[in-house]
Amino acid sequence: MTAARARIQEADFDPAAEAEALRAGRTDIGALATFTGCVRGAGPRDPVALLTLEHYPGMTERAIESMIDEAQRRFAILGARVVHRVGLLQPGERIVWVGVAGRHRREAFQACEFLMDYLKTQAPFWKKEATPEGERWVDARVADDEALARWGIASGNAGMP
Amino acid sequence: MRVQLRYFASLREALGPGETIDWEPSGPATVGALRHWLRARSTAAAEVLGTGRSVRVAVDLDMASEDTPLRDGAEVAFFPPVTGG
Repeated sequence: MTAARARIQEADFDPAAEAEALRAGRTDIGALATFTGCVRGAGPRDPVALLTLEHYPGMTERAIESMIDEAQRRFAILGARVVHRVGLLQPGERIVWVGVAGRHRREAFQACEFLMDYLKTQAPFWKKEATPEGERWVDARVADDEALARWGIASGNAGMP
Repeated sequence: MRVQLRYFASLREALGPGETIDWEPSGPATVGALRHWLRARSTAAAEVLGTGRSVRVAVDLDMASEDTPLRDGAEVAFFPPVTGG
């Protein structure tokens, strides 16, 4: 059975179960690199913000699938999976999970980072923060474009031409 | 030609979720030409799709640019820079 490599959902997920599913039944996997992103609350003195995540159904899954294809071409990994949540999220909650299986740690670590850098700037998600002062759309960061540029890919997201 | 427009995030708040439009381009049918035409249609679009604004676009579910050609029946989405992850 092939599970979807890109999953978008409102519900929380279990990182350990996702990792096991990626590895299930295989003995050629020598390295499993995973990343879990959580909603970061505001600073210690600032009010805690609530996040709402919007996405572009259909495009999001397609974009992430093609990122995984690209990661497979670049790093010769054995498998990868991405889970991303949408909807209302509280600080501290899990928001994204990336798992990469490879023969060795180097390609697994690299592909995991590559996928996150790619996702940050090319997958159609948008965050809106709610604070006591009101709601605002989160600004894209040039640092995320720079992270993708390290892989030789021009992002054109925050620092658009 | 017929185009299915989609807007997301702040652009959706300003312009609505999108609509199907009939558009007769005066020159090559590209994303840039469509964006220009949309700006002339309403003051809200003139502002949020303005040339100085950071707007990204997708055509038929793939990231696109101002030069991307459009076919009849294309789905064209405009949205701000993405902020997932």
